[in-house]
Amino acid sequence: MNILFDERLDGALPSVDREALIAHLQATLPQLTLLHREEDLRPFECDGLSAYRVLPMLVALPETLEQIASLLETCHAWGVPVVTRGAGTGLSGGALPLEKGLLLVMSRFSRILEVDPEARIARVQPGVRNLAISEAAAPYGLYYAPDPSSQIACSIGGNVAENAGGVHCLKYGLTVHNVLAVDILTLEGEHITLGSEALDTPGFDLLALFTGSEGMLGVITEITVKLLPKPEVAKVLMASFDDVEKAGKAVGDIIAAGIIPGGLEMMDKLAIQAAEDFVKAGYPVDAKAILLCELDGVEADVHTDCETVRDVFEAAGATDIRLARDDAERATFWAGRKAAFPAVGRMAPDYYCMDGTIPRRELPHVLKSIAELSATHGLRVANVFHAGDGNMHPLILFDANAPGELALAEEVGGKILELCVEVGGSITGEHGVGREKINQMCAQFNPDEITVFHAVKAAFDPRGLLNPGKNIPTLARCAEFGAMHVHQGQLPHPELPRF
Amino acid sequence: MTHSQDQRPAPAPESLPAADHDASDALLERVREAARDNTPLRLVGGNSKGFYGRPVSGETLSLAAHTGIVHYDPVELVVTVRAGTRLTALQQTLAEAGQQLAFEPPHFAATATVGGMVACGIAGPRRPWAGSVRDFVLGTRLITHDAKRLRFGGEVMKNVAGYDLSRLMVGAQGTLGVIDEVSFKVLPRPAASATLRLEMTRDAAMARLAEWGREPLPITGAAHDGETLHIRLEGGAGSVATTRERLGGEPDDADFWRRLRELELAFFSRHHDSRPLWRLSLPHRAPAVPLDGDELIDWAGAQRWWRSDTPAETIRQHAAHVGGHATRIDLDQPHGIEMPFTPLSPVLAKYHRRLKAELDPHGIFNPERLYEGL
Repeated sequence: MNILFDERLDGALPSVDREALIAHLQATLPQLTLLHREEDLRPFECDGLSAYRVLPMLVALPETLEQIASLLETCHAWGVPVVTRGAGTGLSGGALPLEKGLLLVMSRFSRILEVDPEARIARVQPGVRNLAISEAAAPYGLYYAPDPSSQIACSIGGNVAENAGGVHCLKYGLTVHNVLAVDILTLEGEHITLGSEALDTPGFDLLALFTGSEGMLGVITEITVKLLPKPEVAKVLMASFDDVEKAGKAVGDIIAAGIIPGGLEMMDKLAIQAAEDFVKAGYPVDAKAILLCELDGVEADVHTDCETVRDVFEAAGATDIRLARDDAERATFWAGRKAAFPAVGRMAPDYYCMDGTIPRRELPHVLKSIAELSATHGLRVANVFHAGDGNMHPLILFDANAPGELALAEEVGGKILELCVEVGGSITGEHGVGREKINQMCAQFNPDEITVFHAVKAAFDPRGLLNPGKNIPTLARCAEFGAMHVHQGQLPHPELPRF
Repeated sequence: MTHSQDQRPAPAPESLPAADHDASDALLERVREAARDNTPLRLVGGNSKGFYGRPVSGETLSLAAHTGIVHYDPVELVVTVRAGTRLTALQQTLAEAGQQLAFEPPHFAATATVGGMVACGIAGPRRPWAGSVRDFVLGTRLITHDAKRLRFGGEVMKNVAGYDLSRLMVGAQGTLGVIDEVSFKVLPRPAASATLRLEMTRDAAMARLAEWGREPLPITGAAHDGETLHIRLEGGAGSVATTRERLGGEPDDADFWRRLRELELAFFSRHHDSRPLWRLSLPHRAPAVPLDGDELIDWAGAQRWWRSDTPAETIRQHAAHVGGHATRIDLDQPHGIEMPFTPLSPVLAKYHRRLKAELDPHGIFNPERLYEGL
C-alpha cells in the first residue's frame, strides 16, 4: 500500500481555489512570506523521510504570532489543511506536505527568549535547534537532556511534536519528561498555555497529550524546557561479544545490578563494521556485538558503577572490555555510534531506518527474526539499538533505483514493526508515526482504540484540518490494511484464490 | 559511618501480597448498564483521597476487587498492575526486588489503590528530582464510555504511537474513563540515603537551595518548616557521604519524609491549627507569597503549604501572580469540597469540556469531580 495521501482511504480533503487563497493571504497578511511558485516550493517537498515527496500547495514562513493566528483563522474558515514543519529532519514523514495543503514552516521562530540559571529553565521559540539550547545553557553548567541524533539540526518544536528521544532516555527521559510548558495556537486561532514553570497545573494534563501529537491538535509557538546540571563526570565502557545473545543478556544484568546507565547502546556486526570504516573509532570489527555503557554522575558513584559494570560484562562473557581513558577517547567511542546511520548509509545507495521498541528480554528472538527476514528478502539489515530502553533502529539497506527494492524495503520494515508489536512492543519509540507507519498503527491498535484517538482529535480539530493523514489512520485504511495483512504467514481467508 | 541508616522502613506488616482477581468483566458490565441508563458513576478505589476534589453524586463503582500484579519483570523495569491493587502491596513487591515507584506517592490511608494514585496524580517529596506520577506511567487499559476495554501505551520505555491517552488519565480523576490496569516504569532503590537538618531562616534556605540546584548533587528532598531546612540525599554511598560532609547540618530522622508526604506533620493537623489548609504549586524560585498565616515549604520551594485565613480568591490571585495555582485541601471532608481547584481560563475550560464530551459523551464518569459542568 502506497503511503502517500489517498483520499479514498484517508478521507476527502477540501478543494480550495488556490489563486483566490493566495490573493486573500497576500491582501490580509502583506508582510507574510508566502511561497507559491513551483521552484520555491520544491525545497519543502519532503522531510527527513526523503523517499516520499509531495509538493505543497503553498508554503508560509510566518515571523509573528499574529501572522500564525491569522493564517490559522483563514485556513479554518476556508477549509485549508495545515501541515506544520520545524527543521524538516523528522524520520517518519510527519511534515510531509499535502498537495491541497498549506505548509506552515516555523523556522523563523528561532530565538532563545530566556535562559534562567536560577530557575533552571530555558524559554525558546519552536524553531530553535535542540543543541542550541544546551549550548546557551552551558555557561551556567546546565544542559537540556534529550539528545536525538539529529540534535545539531532538529528543532525543539519538532521534538515536542514527536516526543523525541535520544541515547540518554532511560535515565533522563524523553521530551515529555523535560518540557515544562508549551504555548499553542489552536486551529481557531486561540492562544493557550499548557503546563507551567510550576510542577503541575489544574485540569487535564494537556501538555502530556500535546507532546508527541505530531501537529494534529494545535501549533506550538513557544516552549519552556527544564535544564539539568551537567553531571560531574561521565565514563564509557565498551564491551565486545562473540554472540549477540550474550550482549543482550549483559544489558539485563546491568539493570539487575541496580544501575541505570546514562546511555546503553548496542551495535551488531554490520553496524560495527560500517562505523569503523567511517570514523575509525577503534571498534572491534570481528565482534558480533558491542555494548557502549555510559555512566555519569558524581565521581565517587561513577567509579563504583564502572567496577560493577566491568564485573557484569566479564561474567556475561565479554571478549574485550575497554574503559575510555579520557574525554577524548570517550568522544571517539561515541563518534562511531553517533555516526552509525550515515556510516551504514555508505554501504548502500539508500537505507530505511526503523524505530520499533520491544521488551528487552525479546531481543535475541527479534534479532534472529530480523536476520531471517533479511535473508529471505535479500536485503542487508544493520542493527543499532538503544539497548537500555528497548528501542531498536534496524537499518534496511537497499537501492531505490533498483526496480522493486523500495517496496521490498518497506515490506521488510513493516514486518519488523509488526514483529515488535507481536512481542509486546511498539511500532515507534521516538521517531513518530507520521505518514511512514500509518498502516502499522492498524497492527498496534484495534478499531475501537483508533476511534478513541479520533475522538481526541475531534476535541481540538473537528474538521480534521491539522496534518490530515498523519499519526492516526482512518478506519477505512485499517480495514484495507487488515484485508491485505499477512499475519504470521497466514493470509486472512486463505480459502480465497489470490493471483 | 553508615549512610543507609535512614532508608525508609520496610512496608507495614499488615500489607499483604495483592490477591489476583480480574474483575474486568464485572466492571465492563456495570459501565455498560450505566451508559445505557445514563447513570452517573462515582469511581472509588480505596477511598483514601476522597477529600481531593468535588463531591460526586452517582452510583458507586468500586474498583477495590480488581486486584493483582499482572506482570512484573524487574530487569525490564516495568510493572503492570490492576487498578484496585493496594499501593502498599505493589510497593512491597517492588521492594522485594530492590525497586520502587520513584515519585514517592502518598497513601493517606492503608486502603489506597494504584488506580486512585494514578487518577489523582499526587507525588511525594522526591517529585522535583525524580518526576511526577505521569512521568512513570507507560501504559493503561481503560474502560471507555461505551464499555470497551482498550489498551493505550504499553510495557516498553519508549512508545510514541498514537496520542498519549495513558498520561492524560493521570490527574483526570476518572472523569475521562475507568482506569482498569496501569503499567509503570520502576527504578532501583537508592544504594544509600541520609537525612539532614540545617537550622536557618526561610530566605537563607531558599537562597541555599537555588545555589545547590545548579550543581549535580544527590538531593532528593528539600523542605523548610519555618526554622529548619530538611534535606534528603540519595544515591551511591560515595556521593551521599561527600555531599553530606559538604552540606553540614545534623543527621535527622528519615521518617520526616513519610510524615511530610502523608500530611501527618503537626502542621497539617487541624487540632494544631484550624485555619484552612492550602497547597500552592509555584515555580520553585517564586518570591514569598504575602499571605497571613504559616508556611511549610516542600519541593525546594515548588510546593508551599499554607495555613491561612486569607480569602480563597486572594490566595488564588497571589499564586497566579507568581506563575502558579492554589488548591484548597480539607482533610476532614471525605467526599471533597465545592471548589478545591483553581478555575480554568475560558479557552482552556472550553477544550476541557470538548474533550470530556468526546470521551464521556453521556457524562457518566465521576461527573463534576474536578469542575462544575465537567
